[in-house]
Amino acid sequence: MAFTLYSLIQTAILCTNAIAVLHEERFLSKIGWGDHGVGGFGDDPGIKAQVLNLIRSVRSVMRVPLILVNSACIVLLLLLG
Amino acid sequence: MDYTATQSGFRQQPNMRLRNSSVDGSEGSQLFEDTSGAAAGSQTGNQQAGPQAAGFSGQSILSDPMSNLAMAYGSSLASQGREMVDKNLDRFIPISKLKYYFAVDTVYVGKKLGLLVFPYMHENWEVSYQQDTPVAPRFDVNAPDLYIPSMGFITYVLVAGLALGTQNKFSPELLGVQASSALVWLIMEVLAVLLSLYLVTVNTDLTTIDLLAFSGYKYVGMIIGVVAGLLFGRPAYYLSLLWCCAAIFVFMIRTLRLKLLSEAAAEGRLVRGTRNQLRMYLTMSIAAAQPVFMYWLTYHLVR
Repeated sequence: MAFTLYSLIQTAILCTNAIAVLHEERFLSKIGWGDHGVGGFGDDPGIKAQVLNLIRSVRSVMRVPLILVNSACIVLLLLLG
Repeated sequence: MDYTATQSGFRQQPNMRLRNSSVDGSEGSQLFEDTSGAAAGSQTGNQQAGPQAAGFSGQSILSDPMSNLAMAYGSSLASQGREMVDKNLDRFIPISKLKYYFAVDTVYVGKKLGLLVFPYMHENWEVSYQQDTPVAPRFDVNAPDLYIPSMGFITYVLVAGLALGTQNKFSPELLGVQASSALVWLIMEVLAVLLSLYLVTVNTDLTTIDLLAFSGYKYVGMIIGVVAGLLFGRPAYYLSLLWCCAAIFVFMIRTLRLKLLSEAAAEGRLVRGTRNQLRMYLTMSIAAAQPVFMYWLTYHLVR
């Protein structure tokens, strides 16, 4: 239970990576969570539409920062063990 | 509050409720008393005393015009640096907004602590507004503040150190471990609440700092439980923790009900519809998470 701030950062990086690797075509469409299946413009987007929105925005916004942060992590772990 | 549902779901609507958009000077007179006159007077007095003390050791240094120039240049550099730091800091941490949350006084703190432990008699839970900005916590018991949560957090860390000391498990690093542990749980809880508010598409004017304040109120109950356990033993710990858990559950439900649910549902009338049901579940789960955290963070302290 002894959490440190460093483990929080690790958790955040791992979770963001996990969300960012969910590919739209190869994976989400196969499950039935494809993009235009939930294109309902009604006044209540619903939870599934919000989740898909979130996944897509994380993928597009965090792509470049994740590349940088992951490279930095790899280099640091190689150097410091 | 705007109830016509929009596409974008949970927004923080910073334009609707402007917190402290006014200039710093007038806001200073609203929130805090201006003590800068006295401070400036004492500062100039100190400055005159300083160079004189230095002058005793090296009078030749101060009479040299070059060193006067150097001192003037150094002080102008320092003030420039301070301006730059202030400007950049304000971009990341909204200092002016934070000032609102610390504008408290003793009466407010006393009333709020009483409300956290015994919320059953309080009638009116609405936050009062003053021309579209929320009134400072000093004038309204229902407004959230950050003073009690931050003091509660620090006290919790100290009490945890004390409790671990009675179990002969204390070491100074343990204080840091407890502090970072509790902080991580707090951050994760606020992030979880933000995520669920986004998913349920609630249009509310709850800001992140508000959520931080509400999540920080449980430290009061935790401290009471642990202190009771230290003084009177385990049964007292369980009893007081039970009381504080129930109190904070009721407190959170009554506070969040007005902010998250639609007006009709908040007044207690039964409103059908999946959206209101979801919001009710959300309120319930946020409130139910508090006792769980309270127990989780304190059970290892009272053995």
